[in-house]
Order: sequence, then structure tokens, then C-alpha cells
Amino acid sequence: MHWVFESGFFSSHPVHVAIVVGSIVSVVSAVVGVFTVMRGQSFAGHSLADVSTAGGSGAVLFNVNPLFGFVAGGVVGAGAMELVGVHRARGRDLATGIVLGASIGLAALFLYLGATRSSTTGASQQILFGSIFEIDGSTVAIVAVFGVICLGIMAAVQRPLLLSSVSIDMAAARGVPVRVVGLLYMLALALAVGLSSLAIGAILSTALLIGPAAVALRLTKRIGWAIVAACLTGVGATVLGVLLAYDSYDWNSRHAAWPVSFFIVIIIFLAYLVTELPFVHAATTRRRDVEPVMFPGVDR
Amino acid sequence: MFAGFMINAWVVATIVAVIAGVVGFFVVLRGSAFPAHAIPNGAFAGAAGASLIGVNTLIGLGVFSVLAALGIGALGRRGRHDVVTALALVVMLALGAFFLSQTTEYEPEIFSLLFGEVLGIATNEILPVAGLGVVCIAAVAVLYRPLILSSVVPDIGEAKGVRSQRMEMAFLVVVALATAMTVPVVGALLIFSLMIGPPAAARSFTNRPPVAIALSVGIALATVWAAIAISFVTDWPIGFFVGTLSAFSYVVGRAWAAWRRTGVPQTVRSDAVERLVAF
Repeated sequence: MHWVFESGFFSSHPVHVAIVVGSIVSVVSAVVGVFTVMRGQSFAGHSLADVSTAGGSGAVLFNVNPLFGFVAGGVVGAGAMELVGVHRARGRDLATGIVLGASIGLAALFLYLGATRSSTTGASQQILFGSIFEIDGSTVAIVAVFGVICLGIMAAVQRPLLLSSVSIDMAAARGVPVRVVGLLYMLALALAVGLSSLAIGAILSTALLIGPAAVALRLTKRIGWAIVAACLTGVGATVLGVLLAYDSYDWNSRHAAWPVSFFIVIIIFLAYLVTELPFVHAATTRRRDVEPVMFPGVDR
Repeated sequence: MFAGFMINAWVVATIVAVIAGVVGFFVVLRGSAFPAHAIPNGAFAGAAGASLIGVNTLIGLGVFSVLAALGIGALGRRGRHDVVTALALVVMLALGAFFLSQTTEYEPEIFSLLFGEVLGIATNEILPVAGLGVVCIAAVAVLYRPLILSSVVPDIGEAKGVRSQRMEMAFLVVVALATAMTVPVVGALLIFSLMIGPPAAARSFTNRPPVAIALSVGIALATVWAAIAISFVTDWPIGFFVGTLSAFSYVVGRAWAAWRRTGVPQTVRSDAVERLVAF
């Protein structure tokens, strides 16, 4: 098995940390992601990754712990989006885009100021693409704690959230505090995205949020199974990606390892394409689920 | 700031603003803010790939942007549009990361690809950029009527033989071409700001398409020129000013609409649509 697991894979500390952090982030992102995809808020989820990245860049500049920058950025961004809160989808997307654009501009400024102050090179790359093999051991605990908080929020609101995602009027009629539920969901989303952006970069944050959930929802309409499938897909892609990235170090003589983010994203994308294949499509809809299609706008 | 080495920036930025203003009007009309953000990331990957194999950057920009657009269009037929757009975005960025990992790309170059760089335009790049710009404007002019129809009244459009999915694909490709040429100045991450802020503001002031398009171009020009000028003076990245000024114009537009209490026009003016619909 030497050619699959290059030497030192199982004993490497950075690999351990990468897999542990990656898996936690995958699970949290998968759970939040299923609801995000259902609610058609993929753009918001992606935008929050960039917004919280801007927060992170700013934190580094002002010598504050980046974690707070990422999380605070995400929360402020989520709040701004809720505030602008246009309920028509198009207006909402436009507002999200504007917030995103302004945040990216801000990130550009922070990166520039940071670069002229210190001599950090590769800052843009770092922030966008993450550095899963360079995560500090102490980050693991923080990621775990915030991850649990996020999952806790999701567990608490999942039932009313489901209702209000299907039909906001019906939920309101049943006495669900839709505004509060929506805000709590955005908070959980901000936490999940801030966490993943910090640990693994803005790109992977979006990929792990949307990808596994999208794959899962194409395979099943039942939310419980969808969450399970999304977690499995996310963790599987992460672990496999870490392995391949580690191995790729030896694939050419220049020892230019391929980025982890590349592998994980491609794996997830391939999984999505697999669900597009005719026989997979047929297999997952032949079995007639007992529950009717509950989620308007979700394909199949 | 009008010294010789800055002339290129002013010229290209002007072309960029015109394109962004025109194409952006339809981006806002069709609610395609997310694809408009995702497709330029394809351009970023293309530029990285082009430099890896030693090909002209503009070709890489164009090819990958169009690939991203086609991917979104094709996959978007069967899957959720926003999910497909998100996937396309991350795949493109991941490809970009991979290409960069195989070169020894320096930080300043990455930064300018992403966030824009005023000084990065070579004189021999102006003509291709202008050419691509002309192609985009021509495409919009040719597609103007079916585009408006499928954006505003898709059912009537279908009845008239305008297939929504074909229009969507064509429109995405136009966006791809538009962003391919604009990435060098404004940056992959910020070109879409120019495509949504000014047009959204323009639509708050008028709902007649030709006027809105003209106004959108005007606001985009003002934004870009101000961004270059302030960036030149402060040395701060141009992307920062493009992002914030675009947001500012959007806010002004919304404030105006709220003050007039007319709301953001949800549709194009009905008599304009009637003229388009009637033979």
C-alpha cells in the first residue's frame, strides 16, 4: 500500500491536525449547508465566506486574534444581509452582491496595508486558499468548541427552520417566530462559515458548505438522510483530499505539492457530476419516498 | 496622474466601465448577480493557467471565463442554478490554486489579478481589450430584444420563440467575454461590483431601458475614474475604491427610490415592453 499512502502519512502531525480540523469543519458545514441549499441561499453562504475573510484580514492588521475577526466579520455580514433583508430573491441577491463587493474591496485594502507594514508574502493566497497543513494545534480546540455551538443552534432551530423554509406564511400562521429563527440560522451560518474560512480558506468554506449538501439533496429528499449523506461526502472528500495532497509532494521532481483545496473541491465536484449520471438519477427516484416533495425550488 | 504611463489605465478603464455598465444592466435585470461574481473567477484560473503554459494571458482569461459560463449554463438546466454557480466558482478557484502551485507566481501578481492593478496594462493589450469590448456591445445590441423579453416577460418571450435556456447560455457567455477583458484592470473579484452597483442605481432612477443603460454607463464611468484617481493619489488598491464606490452608488439609488417612495422598479416600463412585444 506504499504507493497509496506515502511514507510518513500516518505519523505526520500536520496530517493529523488537518484531518481532525477538516472533518469537524466538514460536518458542521454539511449540517448548515443542507439548510442553506434548501433555502436557496448559496450566494449568501459564499458571500459570508468572503466577508468573514475581510474581517480576518482586518483583525491581522489590528493585531487582534484572527478568529474573532473571521467570526465577527461573518456575524456583521450576516446582520447586514438580514437588515437589508429584501424578501424578493432578486433584490436579496443584489444586496448580497453589494455587501460582498464592498467586503472584498475592504479585504484588498487590509491585505495591502498589511503587506506594506510587515513583509508577509503570499497573504492573498493564504487567506483565499487556506493552509490546512499549517493549522496550529491550539486551533483544534477552538474549532471544536465553535463547531459544537453551531451544531447546537442548528439542533435547536431545525424544526421551525424546516417549516419556515418550506412556507414562511404557514410557519408564521403556526406561531413560529420566523424572524428569530431566520436570525438564529444566519448566526449559525456565520459561525460555520467563519470557522471554515479561518481553518481552511474561503474557497473550501463555500465548497464544503454547498457541495456535499447539494450532492446529498440530489440523492434523497429526506432531511435526516440528506444530512448524513452530506456529512459522509464532506468528510470523505476532505480525508481523501488530504491524502492526495500529501502524496502529490512526490509526484514531480520539484516537490511542488498540489493544493489540498484543489483535491477536495474536485472530488466534491466529481461527486456532484456522478449524481447527474442517468442511472444514478433513475436509482434515486425509483424508490418512491413516503413523504411528498416538501421543498419548493429544490430540484427533483 | 495623466502622465504617459497612466494613459493606458484611463483608456482601458473607460472601456471597462462602458462594458460593465451595458452588460451589468442585464445582470441586474435578470438577477444574475451570483453568476456575475462566479464567472470572473474562471478568468482568474485562466490567467494562472495561461502563465503556467506560457500563453498570452488574455487567451487564458477568455477561454476559462467562457468555460465557466458554459458550465453554469449546462449544469444549471438540471440542477439548482445557485448551487451550480457556487460549484463552478469553487472549481475555478481551485484550478487557479493548482496552476499557481505549479509556478512560482509572486504575491503582487496574484494580488493584482484578484483586486486590480492600475499600472498593469501594456499598450499592446489595449487593442484586444477594445476589440473584445466591441464584440460584447455588438452581442448585446443583436440580442437586445430577445434578452429584454426573456428577462422581463419570459412567457411572452417563449411564445415568440425566444428559448429562455438559450438566452441564458448566450447571456452568460457575454458576461464571460465582458469579464475576461476587465480582469486586468479592476481585478477578478471586483469587476462584478461594477456590474451590479451602477446598474442597480441607474434602475432606481428610471425604468426605461435605454435611459437606464446610459445612466448605468455614466455611473460606472464616474466610479472607475474616481477609483483610478483616488487610488493614484493614496496608493491604496483600486479594487477597494471600486467596491466601496459601487456600494455607495447602490445605496444612493435605494435611498432615492425610498424617498420617492416608488420602490425599486420591479419591471421594465410596460410601454417599453409593449413596443418590444408588438410587431
